[in-house]
Amino acid sequence: MLEFDAIRVTRGAFALSADLSVDQGARVAVIGPSGSGKSTLLSLVGGFLAPDRGRIRLDGQDITALPPGRRPVSMLFQDQNLFPHLTVAQNVGLGLRPDLRLSEPQRCRVAQVLAEVGLEGTEGRRPADLSGGQQSRVALARVLLRARPVLLLDEAFAALGPALKAEMLALLGRIADQTRATVLMVTHDPGDARRFAPQTILVEGGVAHPPVATGPLLDDPPPGLRAYLG
Amino acid sequence: MAAGLRGLTAPEAGGAVAATGLALLVGGTLAAVAWAAQGLGGLGPWDWRAVWFTIWQAALSATLSAVCAIPVARALARRRFPGRGILVTLLGAPFILPVIVAIMGLIAVFGRSGAVNDALRLLGLPEVSIYGWQGVILAHVFFNLPLSVRLILQGWQAIPAERFRLAEGLGFGPRDVARHLERPMLRAVLPGVWLAVFLVCLTSFTVALALGGGPRATTVELAIYQAFRFDFDLGRAASLGLIQVVLCVAAMGLARWIAIPAAFGAGLDAAHRPAAPGGWRRGSDALVITAAAGFLIWPMAAVTARGLPRIPALPPEVWEATLRSVVMALISALLALILSLLLALSLARGRLRWIETAGMLPLIASPLVLGTGLFILLRPWVAPQAMALPVTVGVNAIMALPFGLRALIPAARTLHGDYGRLADSLDLRGLARLRLLTVPRLARPLGFAGGLAAALAMGDLGVITLFAADRPTLPLQLFQLMNSYRMDDAAACAVLLMAISFGLFWIFDKGGRLA
Repeated sequence: MLEFDAIRVTRGAFALSADLSVDQGARVAVIGPSGSGKSTLLSLVGGFLAPDRGRIRLDGQDITALPPGRRPVSMLFQDQNLFPHLTVAQNVGLGLRPDLRLSEPQRCRVAQVLAEVGLEGTEGRRPADLSGGQQSRVALARVLLRARPVLLLDEAFAALGPALKAEMLALLGRIADQTRATVLMVTHDPGDARRFAPQTILVEGGVAHPPVATGPLLDDPPPGLRAYLG
Repeated sequence: MAAGLRGLTAPEAGGAVAATGLALLVGGTLAAVAWAAQGLGGLGPWDWRAVWFTIWQAALSATLSAVCAIPVARALARRRFPGRGILVTLLGAPFILPVIVAIMGLIAVFGRSGAVNDALRLLGLPEVSIYGWQGVILAHVFFNLPLSVRLILQGWQAIPAERFRLAEGLGFGPRDVARHLERPMLRAVLPGVWLAVFLVCLTSFTVALALGGGPRATTVELAIYQAFRFDFDLGRAASLGLIQVVLCVAAMGLARWIAIPAAFGAGLDAAHRPAAPGGWRRGSDALVITAAAGFLIWPMAAVTARGLPRIPALPPEVWEATLRSVVMALISALLALILSLLLALSLARGRLRWIETAGMLPLIASPLVLGTGLFILLRPWVAPQAMALPVTVGVNAIMALPFGLRALIPAARTLHGDYGRLADSLDLRGLARLRLLTVPRLARPLGFAGGLAAALAMGDLGVITLFAADRPTLPLQLFQLMNSYRMDDAAACAVLLMAISFGLFWIFDKGGRLA
């Protein structure tokens, strides 16, 4: 279980508080107007932002003070998920050992996860040689390899077209099943939320509300969300 | 300190330590200088004359460079001709050209037996001397005219192409273009250009050492050297050092109101160009470009023609000095790179702003001031002979820092913005991060900064002169050959030094581009 225990962050005029918990293995969309603090919520879990008050716990363990790389968390950003100067295999291999001194079995694992996301044989290529969808697959292969209990997506597939995005969400769903990860996904697209996430956290007016069932929330949104969805 | 460092990442802590060390080193040497100076009472009229000369020669050099650069930059902005790209690249070369080499070149052309005086004699006109204040200013213009041209050319190319198209559409003549487009740009750019040159000339040492001297052409830096070497009057040297610091701080104060443009980098190959008027302006542009190119190339060609054939006959001590200088330059460059990378990486995280100030500290302390201070600090423990080479290496590394930081800070910020979070989330730390992320992504600015540092250290003839020179560097060897009138050997030495300086820069820069 992922808990936000009386969390509060203030940055100038911006403030966000969160007091909620997410069940293990849940798939949760994070929705709210621009600037409401959706990315902030994810950054708190990812360790890129320290709360002014409150604790973040995963399965009872306090992770508030851990640096990003030591957290049981994988994160996908909107872009820059791959290092352009490293090969596909190196980018994925970083998930096993950040210094890339991989053993032979580890190399096989890398090839194996690449095959699982449909990219067999691309080990030696660079991200620039791949399409946008293929690049997302490489990043997902690394997520699969790391198999962390929490997976954060900050509009990770926002740049992809609708068909490709649906494909990535399906792949993401398989990976989340396989690793039994809890998924928090920031999205601007209510369709994504309905398709992928049974539950939704609404971030609005400086508060991240506890997760509720996605369908009813979107069918009958509160006023602020209604204005945002249009 | 330990408590202050808690909560920082490794590069931040490294940067903080480096910046603190740098601040202590510069601050400590300045404090030593201030303490040894014991006020300014020890200064005589001769010294105040040096202060006055320093200021007016810097002002005149800056004014001449900026004014002469305007027509050259305009001609280069609006004309296209074969070799233009090479010429523009060449304009960047004086930045890493060893000063003493350029002086050899200027002597070859403007000296007593140079072509200019030959021509004057033929015409029955009085000779001109390159020694004295006019020589100092000539050398300063030689170095800073190209720099000014590049800076003003950047200004020209920063005028959007649409403006020039609009001007053409409105039927503007060259006068109208000058009035509505060019003069406003020059008003914005020229103060910064002037100040950049003024700052360089304010700490001029090598030029004054070789061409100046005497009551009418001694800079403060040269006066420090003379007080130190000839009178061994440490107190007076330190008082002069204080004055030099005050001059630099005052000039830096001006920079608070006037933005100094970066002296290098930035592509100068914009696709558009201003309208190129025909008629007499065509001829005058050609003349201006030829004159500027000649002024730059002729001295270098003259010294090369004289020195190149003599290189095989150079005595063995020159080759020893060469090896010594190359090793010293490489160590300096490595030190400068490590320091500036540490500072830039921690600055990129954006939490320790004061680090940038520490990195710019070397701008207020000239090499001779640092050398004097280090000498005072180290004297109780180390023999001056043993100090010479390490102090030179260290001072050169520190002097290269501001340039290294200028190249690395923007690149490190971009790197942090683009890949900092990804690297953090993958737990990419320490040496693995350096090897897999930092060095590959920063290879170009690292190569460039390393090249600059190596070339500047290779050609430097500054702080080494303070110490007795039984083991000279190549520039010092060259200076000694000049002083004993072995001009053929000196010219050969100059060619060698020039080739190695450019070679070092080229190897580093190319290495960074290929990585």
